Amino acid sequence: MKPLAARGAGLVLVAPALAVLAAVTAFPALWVIWLSFQRRIPIFGIEQFEGLRNYAFLATDPRFWSAARVTLIFTVISVGLELVLGLLVALALAGQRRGLRVGIALLLLAWALPAVVTAKLFEWLYNPAAGLVNYLLGGAQLNWLGDPTLALPGLILADVWRTMPFVALLCLARLRGIPAELYEAARVDGAGPVATLLRITLPLCRQILLIAVLFRTLDALRAFDLMFILTGGGPAGTTETLTVYAYRSLFQTLHLGLGSAIGVVVFALVMLVAWGYLRALGREGIAA
Amino acid sequence: MRRERGLLRDGLVLVGLVAYALPFFWQALTSLKPEAELMVLPPLLPSRLTGEHYRVVLERSVMVRAMVNSLGVGAITTALALTLGLGAAYAFARRTVPGKRFLLLLIVAGTAFPQIATVSPLYLLMRALELRDTWLGLILANASFALPLVIWLLAGFLSEVPVQLEEAAAVDGAGRLRTFWWVILPLMAPGIASAALLTFLFSWNEFLFAYTFTATEASRTVPVALALFPGVFEVPWGDIAAASMLASLPPLVLVIGLQRFLLRGLLAGALRE
Repeated sequence: MKPLAARGAGLVLVAPALAVLAAVTAFPALWVIWLSFQRRIPIFGIEQFEGLRNYAFLATDPRFWSAARVTLIFTVISVGLELVLGLLVALALAGQRRGLRVGIALLLLAWALPAVVTAKLFEWLYNPAAGLVNYLLGGAQLNWLGDPTLALPGLILADVWRTMPFVALLCLARLRGIPAELYEAARVDGAGPVATLLRITLPLCRQILLIAVLFRTLDALRAFDLMFILTGGGPAGTTETLTVYAYRSLFQTLHLGLGSAIGVVVFALVMLVAWGYLRALGREGIAA
Repeated sequence: MRRERGLLRDGLVLVGLVAYALPFFWQALTSLKPEAELMVLPPLLPSRLTGEHYRVVLERSVMVRAMVNSLGVGAITTALALTLGLGAAYAFARRTVPGKRFLLLLIVAGTAFPQIATVSPLYLLMRALELRDTWLGLILANASFALPLVIWLLAGFLSEVPVQLEEAAAVDGAGRLRTFWWVILPLMAPGIASAALLTFLFSWNEFLFAYTFTATEASRTVPVALALFPGVFEVPWGDIAAASMLASLPPLVLVIGLQRFLLRGLLAGALRE
């Protein structure tokens, strides 16, 4: 084998990718922290260092805390529903003999659509006058996206629709990997369907469910497209997540410093959750 | 008897999944409804189907241009990520790279970075480099999620290719590059296809960067064009439905025609610890 200067060659191959990543990922990730310490309003040419003032402002900003609350509710309920529904769908599909491909295609469709399309789909479904949802509810007159009590549930439903398939497919992959002998043995030992589900299927899905929770939680905390298009954070801020608040500050009210500070908060939140989960997964790995 | 029950069960599951995809089918139907029947429900089904909304979208909106932009940006993003990512993945899987564990950890962590946090520095960067409203700007921004994904997937697929094959090729006198080109690449083709499809899909669907860094139809992508779809006095639901269908074309192709590759990439990305 040609000795291509073993150590150097590895680095040379990695270098271009790392250079691009440094420019578009690592550098922005550090720069945003610096930006968050500034009062920066580009159109007026304002650019001054002011330390932690943006964070101090956020600490007493009711809009920030409302956005944090909405983000939390959105994340917990979305991920929870996706997990339960995803597992159920996977269990239903695990025994599928015919039409598995078609079934998976139907599931994948919802996952693969651009979030903007999903937003348009649901905006039309929720239309107060001619929406399918109100029609199916027996001619109800509900203004789904305009009513402060209905908008968040409506948004969560749309998110669950587009992301549950991911959980279902992960679980399905796991379920199809469970050897049939295990079920056979359980049946011989006299275990009914419920006992089999609780004692064999669910414990074997534990790890994959944890992974699904990690991915889905991170995505839900970062989610932006769907709420930005579907509700724009309204009505009355009831669906405004941290990401939407950050975007509004950055590019609509043009407070680049403040918007960056909210971005940093989302960043910290995501990293904290990722770290916590990885620790939990690590413990699982050792226990298993 | 048992067989029939199995068939019935399978059928019911499929019916349930068709119902699940109803929001999409409903939009497809809406895109074919005559204008006059859009805001009336019931009846559920239109009296006739029309291609009028598609005609309007194709002839009088920026959608066609947006599709060209999305296609171009997606294809070049994918090609760039694959070219740079393949080299990096190969080095990580087969060669010694100083600080390998740390670099890999950083790349994985990079996939978790929220776009909303990096969007403001990237915006300033694009402005400084005069890359706003260009394909190149979007391609570079998209590389931030495309590259880690590709490196991650390909390094995994590479580790499944036995080292012995390369050693055998070396014994036969093939150099590193020839071995890579003639032995490793063909074996990795399905994995590369999976990575390429996922990258293209994510690039096609990307909204936040495209919405922020584009200003005109010179670079506006499909999701942006759809988000900004113009309505003068009332919302043109039929036209929006038709535009949504056009925006859904690549995902549809992937899901129906290339499902195997899509699934492989999706599952490999999540399941590799």
